[in-house]
Order: sequence, then C-alpha cells, then structure tokens
Amino acid sequence: MKKSFPGKDTIMAKVSPTKTPMREQPPQERVRNYDEVPLGYSPQEAIFEAERCLMCKNPRCIEGCPVEIDIPGFIQFITEEKFRDGVRRLKEKNILPAICGRVCPQEEQCEQKCILGVKNEPVAIGRLERFLADWEAGQGEPELPPKPKPTGKKIVIVGAGPAGITAAADLVRLGHKVDMFEALHEPGGVLVYGIPEFRLPKAIVFREINYLKKLGVKLYTDHVIGQIRSIDELLDEYDAVFLGTGAGLPWFLNVPGENLNGIYSANEYLTRANLMKAYLFPKYKTPIVKGKYVATVGGGNVAMDCARTALRLGAEKSIIIYRRSRDEMPARDEEIHHAEEEGVIFKLLSNPAAFHGGNNSWVKEVECVSMKLGEPDDSGRRRPVPIPDANFRMPIDVAVIAIGNSPNPLIPSTTPDIETGRWGNIVTNLETGKTSKPGVFAGGDVATGAATVILAMGAGKIAARGIHEYVMSKK
Amino acid sequence: MQIIDKSEIAPNVYACKVRAEAIAKKVQPGQFIMVIPDQYSERTPITVADWNTSEGTITFIFLDIGSSTNRLAELKPGEEIFSLTGPLGNSFDIKKYGSVGLVGGCYGIGGIYPAARALREKGNRVVCYSEARSKFLLYWNKKLEEVSDEVRYATADGSLGFKGHAYDLLETDLKSGVKYDLVITVGCTFLMYRISKVTEPYQMKTIVSMNPIMIDGTGMCGACRVEVDGATRFACVDGPHFDGHQMNWDLVLARRKAYLDEEIVSGERHDYGKS
Repeated sequence: MKKSFPGKDTIMAKVSPTKTPMREQPPQERVRNYDEVPLGYSPQEAIFEAERCLMCKNPRCIEGCPVEIDIPGFIQFITEEKFRDGVRRLKEKNILPAICGRVCPQEEQCEQKCILGVKNEPVAIGRLERFLADWEAGQGEPELPPKPKPTGKKIVIVGAGPAGITAAADLVRLGHKVDMFEALHEPGGVLVYGIPEFRLPKAIVFREINYLKKLGVKLYTDHVIGQIRSIDELLDEYDAVFLGTGAGLPWFLNVPGENLNGIYSANEYLTRANLMKAYLFPKYKTPIVKGKYVATVGGGNVAMDCARTALRLGAEKSIIIYRRSRDEMPARDEEIHHAEEEGVIFKLLSNPAAFHGGNNSWVKEVECVSMKLGEPDDSGRRRPVPIPDANFRMPIDVAVIAIGNSPNPLIPSTTPDIETGRWGNIVTNLETGKTSKPGVFAGGDVATGAATVILAMGAGKIAARGIHEYVMSKK
Repeated sequence: MQIIDKSEIAPNVYACKVRAEAIAKKVQPGQFIMVIPDQYSERTPITVADWNTSEGTITFIFLDIGSSTNRLAELKPGEEIFSLTGPLGNSFDIKKYGSVGLVGGCYGIGGIYPAARALREKGNRVVCYSEARSKFLLYWNKKLEEVSDEVRYATADGSLGFKGHAYDLLETDLKSGVKYDLVITVGCTFLMYRISKVTEPYQMKTIVSMNPIMIDGTGMCGACRVEVDGATRFACVDGPHFDGHQMNWDLVLARRKAYLDEEIVSGERHDYGKS
C-alpha cells in the first residue's frame, strides 16, 4: 500500500511545498445537490500529508488552537498508520473533530502558526483532523473513555450548540452529572440550523451528539429556558449553569423596503433550508422562496452559505453584495473560493440603499450605493465611503441579509440580575466564563456576539474549567 | 407530547389537550406554543387556550387550514406530537383596568378565554365578543359565559345574537355610549385590523395579538417582523401583543400572503412526507 508513496526519509529531504489536495465534487455537479463538497482524504493521502509535518520540538500550531489539541501528536500517529491512537489523542482535547476539521478557520489558527507555512503551504491540519474523525466513524461504534468517578455535582447546560456541547463533554468526563436543554427540536445549534448540509452533513453532527449522550449527558429538546424555567429555578436544582444560547435577533440594514416579501434574514433563510429542510419541499412542509435572482448582502461565511444555498435551490443568478472589496471580506478564503467556483457573482464595493417592490409587496429591485475605500477604521480594514450620485439598481426577487446578529435576548430579558454589555451580550470573565450572577457561566455567541464555531467551543472549554473549579470548591 | 383528548368542536376547528406539566405550570394568558405535528411538518405557532396545572395539561385550538395543521388534525388521542415547545412570547398585561372588551374570532375565541378568566379574577368587568359566520361555527359559549360578565355574539347570518361581524357589533356598542378601558382582540388579521379601526376614533387602547408566519419563535430568524409605530419589531419576542393603533396593517396583510403558492403545492400532496 505504501509503495506508491515516497518514504519518510525522502519526504524529510524534500518536503512537498503544497498541501496534498483534497478531492472535491466538481462545481457544475455540486450546485445541483446538497452533498458535501470536499470528499476527504484516503488513508494514503492522509499519511502522505502527515509526513509533511516537521514534528517541531516547540510546536507553535498548538498555540494557535483554541482547544489546544496535541497536533504533532495525532499527526505522528497518522504517519505510523495508528489511526485509533490518533483519534484518542485528538479526542483528549476535542470532542467534535469531524466538525472542527470541516468548519474551523485553520488558516487563522493552527495552520497559520505552522513553520512549513513560512515558505510553503502549512500542513493541512484541518484535513488530517477530519480524516481521523471520519475514519473512526467508519469503524462502527466510537470508543468511550473510561468512566470517571462521580463527583455528585449537577450542572445544567442551556443551548446544545458548539459552546454547550463542548462544555457538556468536558464536564461529564470530569464526573459531573450534566443535563442539557435545547430550545429547538433538534440539538446542534448553528451546526444544524445554520451551516448547510453541503458544508457540514447533519449526520455528522448527530453522530457527535450521540457520542455525547453515550458519555452520559442527558439532552432535553423543546425547552426554552427563560420561559419554561428561569435561571433562578435552575440554580435551585443544579450546582452551576452554563449559558450557550448563541445568536439572537438578526441585524437588518434599516433601509426602506426591507420588510417587503422575499427579504429574509440569513438566519431565517438558512433555518428554513437546513433545519426545516425546505430544500426537500414539498416532502418537508416548510416552504422557501426559490428566487431567480437572489442577492445576499454581506461578506462573511454566512453570506457565502446563503449564496451557495440559493444556487442549489435553483437560482439563475446568486449575487453577493458587499460594501468593501474582496480583500476585506471576513469569510474564509476557502468559502469565497468555493462560491466563486460555483458561479456566485460578487458585486463588491456596493451597499443596498433601498429595496423596491412591485404592486404585490414583493421585492423587485435592490438599489445600491457604490462605495470606495477610505481610511482604515477600528477593525483595521479600510472604511467604505459612498460615492455620491453613483446609485444603481438590480432586478432581484429574493434578498438575504447576512450582516450578523446580536446575542440571544431571551436569557438577559428574563434574568434581570445578569450583567449585559453594549450589544446585549452577557458579560463574562474571559479566563473562567463566570458571569456577574453567582453559579452562572456563559460562552459562545451569547457572550461575544457572532463568531466562529471553534471560538464558541474554546469558550465552552474555558467555562467547563471555571465551572469545575467552582463546583468543587463549593460545600 | 402525548395527546390526551382531541375533538372537532366546530366544523374544521379542533381543541387539542396534551400532557405538558411544565408548560401548564408556567403559561400565562396570551402566550403561545410552537407545534410540529410530525417530522415533516412546519413549526406552527398556536395560542394556548386553556390549561390545568393540577392535571398537568394544556389545551389549544387550531383550524385545519394547511398541510401541517392537516397532519395535526389527523393525530389521535394517545398519539405523540413530534415536537411541542412553550410557553413562548409575552403574556397579556393582566391587571385591574375597570372594564375590558375582549373580541375573539375563529381560533381567537379560545385565545380570549384565558384572558377573560384572568382579567375577571383581577376584578375587571369583562365583556366578550364572540364571532363566526353562523351559530354552528361558534364554540366554547358556555365556557366563555362562565368567566365573563357578558358574552355578546355576532354571526354573519344572524343565527345567534347580532347579525354581522364583531367589529360591527362593537361599533354599535361604542356608538351607543359603551366605554371600555381596554380592548383586546385575538383572531384573524382582518378582524384585528377592523377592531383597531373601530376603536381608533374613541382613542380606546386596543391590544392586538399578532399571528405572523414564524420559524423558530425565539427571536432568532426575524420572519415574524411587524412594524409598530414605525419601528420593526419581532412578534415572537417583542410581542405577540401590540398596540393595534400603531400597527402597520398593510405590511401585516402583505407578509401573511408570502407563501400562498407554496401552500397550494404543499396542500396538494396527500402522500404526506413520501415524495
């Protein structure tokens, strides 16, 4: 099997300057289905890529990882074809490798720190992580870690998204009894309602959730905490509460015509398509408007997800409207690249000024202001400045507003004694996840505002440590 | 959630009682639940019409009107509803106002029932207006009468009470000098719109219980946005109750019609969930 590939010595002598490519569904084919786009590594490809790793004595990649995975450790096992050991090493720190391997922005984290990346392409750490997770899934039932000694402490997790799942996993492995409440009818949070099937198959999310249940976490869906039970009621029953309630109210542009029919928030568009499976309408009964010309406003990963979903729903033109240039787009390069390959049109340096409707209250046109880049703003990116008298109109029949959201308001509004920040976010101590309310911890989008899955997971990990310390010191 | 009891209380109108101890303990008048009859169905917001804390049950009224409520109507006592979440939204502000007029039509007759009960317990004089096209389409008459000082019926064909709509009856009453310190209306958009128009010249505070299209019902998606006093609000977390005189009704009516074409396609599929 190994014969067709160079041995380790040859590799060390001449490390391949580029990552081992990962096979993908061709763009023309994939825009007509919802299957995952990148197909993953074969064992041979994984070994070949793993052998590019220099096994640094002071591995900087680990510093770049919010959950501190022993990256050279698991890569070493791949080179030795000890995949089972690799999985164990990975899962010591990361309960959700199949998810993180797919959706983490590795180029800004572990891979950015990789020494190989100074001159060449870094090791494809994300792809290797995904390889191990998928390999394990193909081996049948996942291996469970040894059962910890019960501590007798009870912890409740509010919100079964990335932050909550991670906190739950760490806490249950420390021997605490963990209950998890989810508001929606499926667990997974943004992994299920937000990130599309073609980027993160839902079967993978449910596999990871099942693993969590096997570890002993009890999951209750359809529970909107703040309504059915207050935080104070939870504190009567549990030793600590973790709030990972995620995103809330979507932001709109506040321009005329924005409430016309056919204009969605990204959350609504993606929730209809993903959680409610509107792409399988009418088998599934939740409808979604399949526009001919769909405009998505925004330049982040969520905007890319919306624009690519529109194509799969049959749009003739899927247009991204973004007010800065391509360089300032917050989306991952990989996501922008995938969108471009699939034929998404980028209308850059443009910002909607109004939506115009026909007689029937449906959106018909978007009117945009042309922009140019001025001086850098607080974020370090060059500020877009409107060009006077340069408005233009485009015909559209669906618009998706993907410019972010504020943290979920349900807990703050029903828990008056918890401190919130300027955006309605719950204020936390960054080292412990502690909120201003004793016994209550928080992390993820509800604390930071919209961010990434891995940052939410990192926050879940930090809070789990904080909670463990708190409950163990409590009498 | 298990269905304890379900009956067709008027043609095409169903009352469904489910076991939901935790919700029964918390729910307040005017709150709603989110129901998904089976795995293929939509998330369907429905007002809670009654509850029994000691029995641990809640009752809601729904019309068999689209493919998801169609599926709900097919479920039998003893069967499980795929997903039921609640309570959601804010409750009515239940306190002493003096004299309160409550107007209910279709599912809203059930919707005003718990409000009438709670407002009367607070010492208000409670007058309910219950409307339908004909006498046989009215329901819960006796229940409403038990918790109200007076129930006034309006039927389009005159088969019971006033001949005409509830808004015509209310207008007649107001013209003859009847005064309410508060009017609450629950029902179809058109009824709530007309009631708001009737009370507006009298500057009579009118609360409408909005029922826009929703997806999650927890403030995440913005499908349910309405415009109140010029500002965009989310019916699920900011409402569902708003001042009827400040509501942008044109927008409400337009947004409700967003999926008419899809509703027809969805309704045509009798081989539910199989295609």
